Amino acid sequence: MSDRRASWVDEALREHEEHAAAGAVSDREQQVLDRIDRARRRRPRIREERITMSHGAGGKASRTLTEAVFLDAFRNPLLEPLEDAALLQVNGSRLALTTDSYVVSPLFFPGGNIGDLAVNGTVNDLSVAGATPLYLSAGFVLEEGLPVADLTAIVASMQAAAAAAGVQVVTGDTKVVERGKADGCYINTAGVGVVEHDLALGAATARPGDAVIVSGPVGDHGVTIMLARGELDIEADLSSDTAPMNGMIAGLLAAVPGVRAMRDATRGGVATILNEVAVAAGVGVMVEEDQIPVRTQVRGAAELLGIDPMYVACEGRLVAIVDGQQSDLAVAALRADPLGEQAAVIGRVTADQPGIVLLKTAFGGTRIVDLLVGDPLPRIC
Amino acid sequence: MCLGIPGEVVEFLPDQADLARVDVSGVRRVINIGLLADDRPEPGEWVLIHVGFALSKIDESEAAAALQFLEGIGQAYADELAALAESRIE
Amino acid sequence: MRFVDEFRSAEKARALAARITELCEPGRQYKLMEVCGGHTHTIYKHGLEDYLPEAITLVHGPGCPVCVIPMGRVDDAIHLASQPDTIMTSFGDMMRVPGSHGSFFDAKANGTDIRMVYSPLDSLKIARQNPGKRVVFMAIGFETTTPSTAMTVLRAKAEGLENFSVFCNHVTIIPAIKAILDSPDLRLDGFIGPGHVSTVIGCRPYEFIAAGYGKPVVVAGFEPLDILQSIYMLMRQLSEGRSEVENQYTRVVPWDGNLAALTAINQVMELRPYFEWRGLGFITHSAMRLRDGFRAFDAEALFEVPGVRVADPKACQCGEVLKGVLKPWECKVFGTACTPETPIGTCMVSPEGACAAYYNYGRMNRHRVVEVEVSRP
Repeated sequence: MSDRRASWVDEALREHEEHAAAGAVSDREQQVLDRIDRARRRRPRIREERITMSHGAGGKASRTLTEAVFLDAFRNPLLEPLEDAALLQVNGSRLALTTDSYVVSPLFFPGGNIGDLAVNGTVNDLSVAGATPLYLSAGFVLEEGLPVADLTAIVASMQAAAAAAGVQVVTGDTKVVERGKADGCYINTAGVGVVEHDLALGAATARPGDAVIVSGPVGDHGVTIMLARGELDIEADLSSDTAPMNGMIAGLLAAVPGVRAMRDATRGGVATILNEVAVAAGVGVMVEEDQIPVRTQVRGAAELLGIDPMYVACEGRLVAIVDGQQSDLAVAALRADPLGEQAAVIGRVTADQPGIVLLKTAFGGTRIVDLLVGDPLPRIC
Repeated sequence: MCLGIPGEVVEFLPDQADLARVDVSGVRRVINIGLLADDRPEPGEWVLIHVGFALSKIDESEAAAALQFLEGIGQAYADELAALAESRIE
Repeated sequence: MRFVDEFRSAEKARALAARITELCEPGRQYKLMEVCGGHTHTIYKHGLEDYLPEAITLVHGPGCPVCVIPMGRVDDAIHLASQPDTIMTSFGDMMRVPGSHGSFFDAKANGTDIRMVYSPLDSLKIARQNPGKRVVFMAIGFETTTPSTAMTVLRAKAEGLENFSVFCNHVTIIPAIKAILDSPDLRLDGFIGPGHVSTVIGCRPYEFIAAGYGKPVVVAGFEPLDILQSIYMLMRQLSEGRSEVENQYTRVVPWDGNLAALTAINQVMELRPYFEWRGLGFITHSAMRLRDGFRAFDAEALFEVPGVRVADPKACQCGEVLKGVLKPWECKVFGTACTPETPIGTCMVSPEGACAAYYNYGRMNRHRVVEVEVSRP
């Protein structure tokens, strides 16, 4: 064990001794839980010396990396909320800016290709921030040897997706790297949109009594990618749910004034978003397992692989936190759009156990839904 | 690691005596049924799948019996609760 | 999902919980151990303890094959993986287990070719596809998984594969249970027996527990109702003063086990004279290795492995947690220095480890969520 690590352990042991001496035995378990809560709230530190795949998974390790390295270096009030897009004031207009990189493998899969993800993903990040998406940039890193026909197909998909979403790709860049790097093609898109309403959206505004709503079945994209890799002899009739949600979101915002926040459910899945909301707003979240829509086949594949659909990426689903009184209105507004056909209320924001997400299982018991450290499905978007 | 999933045998693979295709909620996977060579599962039968192998057949009559027992306990309990509720009214 | 959903019914759970509560003798505390890590996982994942009366405590046992691997063996595996032209293949559960200098995951970040597989057969496929590389399969697991490794080795032999080998860390469940029974720290009333191990070894091997130690055993399935029903069956035995082996998981577990599986294991493997278990020390005849006739597929025979015995870090109390002597939250470093992100021991890193299950699922104010009405005669 390294010296650094050894000193954390000593610190933990000392704390344990102090608390053991102080508290009554009957309260011991609760004391330990409180101590853990405090430890979790401390400033995150990077403990690894090298980047691992966990850092890209969207779970705890990603979060630690973002906070301990990026936020620490760039710190400013616009970055701090760490929402899907940054909200900026420029000459009296409210703009939203976002960026995402796409490293999915394989490049082509049932339901689309990396190009669809690149456009829809950025359109969605702008839309959930409450902005009308307008313009995208597209940067390509191409591997030497990539068939031009593949690139053409990807770009054609991007144009089709952009047209469907009503946005334009207005600038870009291309780099080529040697055979063996970039796994065919990596794409980065950045997007700009304009916010044309007065709503102050953001996870931190969630409050007890709010409803947690999901716009459709979860886990389609991640499971599709896993199966498309062809490493497992599993066949299923599944495709990625990649789609632009700006139309559906515009409908939701127009009909429901009490929308507090929306998030695009990508890497890390619905569970990750719920945890982010709980922590950002200092509230508890309670969801019901049997209310969460999951396609039968996604469930079957997930059971086979031993993974939980709540953590699996989607690419065309949103999680919305809405004033509890308007939950029916919100579900109806979402269902009015074809993408939101199976929208459902899956839970509530509560005042119990702030920062923690609880799940009432179909069986009737309760358990915690924590962030995963890494991800069972690497490189899915 | 103890993860075992029930799946329905759909078909055998031609030329591969040990392999069968199973269905789990509409998802299909090829697994090895070599451990059940003494009592080969037929299409339509269910098996317990673990790390790509069928470990055991799922005995439908035993499953039905188990459910019946649970059903029975459930019913008896429901009856008691009803009786309890009635007796309170009086 | 058939054979799954029916065994997750909340309604039936309530009824069973009522019956279980009725069987509790007033003033008596009951300690039941679930041996198998898969059961620990199910219990926490479904919030099953919410249905149990205060009088019953579930003690988590050592049936987590990843948890019992000593650090030295992890180091050996990473050493194997780091050799030139080698591809190491492993189940996902092993990827974050800490060795002396990091885990498989860390080694992967350093450039070592380690790949996750879902079946030993996937490893065989990788071997076929990479004739220029040595492919090693990290074989772990109790008797549930051992037959699959054995069958894979037989297949490799039949195909004449020359670049496939197995680093065998399979262990057997009975010695682990015996170590628990002989441990002076623990007073258990009964055992929830491992479900899937029993599909292979059957129910007879547990008879010594009931006959010799006077403790009831119920072999249980993995859905929450299976476990709850098994607890009911144990409580019934206890209230009737019986100690027998019963099978709750009759739809899957044959009383005599799976002969083909046992034959395959016996053909390919033999018991090691002794093996080190994390937390439990050296146990005789508790683990498997490949027989001489299969040397060509035995990574330990083919390649040099450091074989250094590494003691657990001083702060690690996995051993006591594995024996059920300590609850996860009683470990001095639980949740502070030892977390799923920064694990010190295996119990926190394996999906079936008691610490991982408690931290990820059960770390909350527990109050009996399900109020159960009980009519006493």
